[in-house]
Amino acid sequence: MALTATVQPPVTNGNGSNNTETVPVIDIRDVTKVYKMGEVEVHALRGVSLQIHKGELVAIMGPSGSGKSTLMNILGCLDQPTSGIYRLDGVDVGKLSDNELAAIRNKKIGFVFQSFNLLPRTSAIDNVEQPLIYAGVPRRERRERAKAALEAVGLGNRLDHHPSELSGGQQQRVAIARALVNRPALILADEPTGNLDSRSGAEIMYIFQKLNMERGITVVFVTHDPRIADHTRRVIRIADGQIVSDQPVADPIIACPEEPLHGQPKHKYFL
Amino acid sequence: MNISILDVLRLSFVALGANKLRTFLTMLGISIGIAAVIALLAIGTGVQEYVNQQFASAGSNLIGIVPGRIQRGGPPSGFGQQSVLTMADYAAVSSNIPGVVDHAADFTSAGNIVFGSRTSRVQISGVTPSFAQVRNWPARKGRFINDADMSARSRVIALGVTVVKDLFADGEDPVGQIVRVNNVPFQVIGVMEQKGSSFLGDQDAVAYIPLSTAQERLFQALAQSKSGDRLISTIYLQAETDRDRLLIQSAARNILRERHRLRPDEPDDFSVISQQELLDTFGAVTSVLTIFLGAIAAISLLVGGIGIMNIMLVSVTERTREIGLRKAIGAKPSAILGQFLVEAVVLSVIGGALGILIGIGSALGISNAVDFRPIVQPSAIALAVSFSAAVGLFFGIYPARRASQLNPIEALRYE
Repeated sequence: MALTATVQPPVTNGNGSNNTETVPVIDIRDVTKVYKMGEVEVHALRGVSLQIHKGELVAIMGPSGSGKSTLMNILGCLDQPTSGIYRLDGVDVGKLSDNELAAIRNKKIGFVFQSFNLLPRTSAIDNVEQPLIYAGVPRRERRERAKAALEAVGLGNRLDHHPSELSGGQQQRVAIARALVNRPALILADEPTGNLDSRSGAEIMYIFQKLNMERGITVVFVTHDPRIADHTRRVIRIADGQIVSDQPVADPIIACPEEPLHGQPKHKYFL
Repeated sequence: MNISILDVLRLSFVALGANKLRTFLTMLGISIGIAAVIALLAIGTGVQEYVNQQFASAGSNLIGIVPGRIQRGGPPSGFGQQSVLTMADYAAVSSNIPGVVDHAADFTSAGNIVFGSRTSRVQISGVTPSFAQVRNWPARKGRFINDADMSARSRVIALGVTVVKDLFADGEDPVGQIVRVNNVPFQVIGVMEQKGSSFLGDQDAVAYIPLSTAQERLFQALAQSKSGDRLISTIYLQAETDRDRLLIQSAARNILRERHRLRPDEPDDFSVISQQELLDTFGAVTSVLTIFLGAIAAISLLVGGIGIMNIMLVSVTERTREIGLRKAIGAKPSAILGQFLVEAVVLSVIGGALGILIGIGSALGISNAVDFRPIVQPSAIALAVSFSAAVGLFFGIYPARRASQLNPIEALRYE
C-alpha cells in the first residue's frame, strides 16, 4: 500500500510524555477484512477507523457476527487487515512478518481471555513468567517481575498455587498479571468476566479500573455484556462490520470492593 | 531479544514432566530399540572376536596343505585317481622354500583307545615333533612327541583332555600308563593343553603319536600309496610374516604341481589353505551376521521413532490451546518449533541413554549364558546415541512444524 511510506518511527518506551500524549496507542484507518469462504467473500470489517489514546478504558461492543472478534484479532496483531492501516503505539503493523508480529504481541499487547487460558499444572508465577521467557528476560528478573505483577492483582500470597487450586476469579487475576508483566502499551480483554459469577466479575473489573487509574494502562474490552461497558469511560458499538456509535460513558460505575456491584456483600481485595 | 536455548529446554522438560507415564512409555520404545542395537551388535562383535581367537590360537601365518581340492562353498572333490600327499612332497615343500620358519606334518585316522574297560574313539594323528610349536599347542602334563620317539618309532602317545576324561578316573595320572590303540600297547607320555570345543567341534578329542609310528606301525596299510610311498594327511608350513605367507603359498603350489605332474590346464589336486584365509572367510560370515543383527535392531528403533512421532502428534493436538496462547503472548513460530523438536529429541536421547544401559546389561547377561563374550564397542554406543538423536529429530520435525504453523486465532478457540 502506498500509505506505508508514511510510517512513523516507532515510539520507544523512554521517549518521554510528549509523544505518548500525541501518538494514539491504537490508530486504525479504513480497515477492512474480507474472508474468502470458498467462492463467497465475507466482509467482516467494512472500513473501520478508530483511535484510542493512552490511558483510555474502552469497551468495543457488538452482537455476534458484528465483526468485533475480527476487530479484536486485528487489534491484537493475531490477524492482518485486508486493507487499511493499523498503527499500534506508532508502529505500522500492517506489513510485518509472523516473527515481527509475535515480537509486537509480546512487547506491546497483553491478552486477557474469557477462558483464562492458563497453563495447567503450572504455578501462578510460572504462568505469569511465560511472556518474559519469549522476551528473553533473564530468569531472576522474570521471577521478580512476575511476583510484582501477581502482587499488583492481589495474589502475592498465591505465587506457587496451580490453576486447579485457584477460584475462577483468582485464575483470571493470574491471567491479568500475565498480561501486565511485560509492561504492554495495551491490554486487550475478550469477555474477561464471561466465565465468572457476578461477584468475581466485579472483582476483575475493579482490578482493571485500578490498573487503568493508578498506572494509566490502556484497556480495551471486547464484549457484548453491557455491565462491562458500564464500567468503562467510552463505548464503541459495532454492527455489520462498521462502527455505529462511539460515545463516552457519562457516569461509569466504579467497581469498588466496598460497594457491591450486584447487591452482594463485598470483600476487601486489596489491603 | 529471543527466548534462550536454556528456556526452550526448560519448557520441554516441564511439558514432558506433565505426563510422566506417557513420557516414560514413549521413551521405552526408543530404549528397547537402542538396547537391541547395543546387545545385538555386542553379540555380533563377540562372535567375530571369538572366531578370531579360535584361529589365532593356531597362528595366523600358518599354512596347511591337504590332498584333494577344497572348493569354497562346496564339498571337497576328488577326481580321477585319488589325490594324495607323500612324505616326498612334504620334504620338497618344507626344505626348498625360503621363508618357511617351521613346518610339521601329520597322518590322521580314526582309532579306538582302550584303557582297562574303557574305550575312547577319537582321531589319532601321527605327527612330527614340531607339530606342538607349529600349532602352538604344548603338552600340559608330561611331554610331547620328540625326535627320539620319531627315529625310534616309539609306541608313545600324548592324549587330549577329552580322551583323558573318557579313559581315566578323576585324579588318576594318565602319564606313564599303558593304553591300547587299535590293540597295540602305547605308553602315555603327556596330556595336551585344553583347547575347548568350538564350532569346529571338540578340539580335545585327539591323541598324538609319532608320525613314523603311525605310518609304519599303527596305520601301515592306510598310510601307503599304491606306489609304496608313505602318505601325509596335512603339511603345515609356518611363515614369519603375512607377505612371506603369500609367497610360500604360491611356491608350495608350484612345487606340488610340478611334483604331481599336473598339466597347466589341470586343476590342483591338493589345497593350500592359510589360517588368514579361513579367518577372512569366517570374518565375512560374521560381519554379515553382525549387520543382519544390527538391521533387525534398527527396525525396532524405527518402530520406537514412529512411537515418538505418534505421541508428539497427539501432544500437539492436545496442546493446541496452549500453543495458541503461547503464540498470542509472543512466541515466535521458531520458538514453538524449537520447543516441540527439543521435546522429541529429549525423549529419544534420554530413551537412548536408558537403552544403552539396558543393552550393556543384557550383553553382560548373555555372556553368562554362552561361551563367547559379547563385546560392547564404544563405536556402537556412539552410533546408538547419534541414531537416537537423529530419530528424535526426524520423527519430531513434522509434529513440531505442525505446532509452529498453527493459526493462533483458531488454536485459541480450539476445544
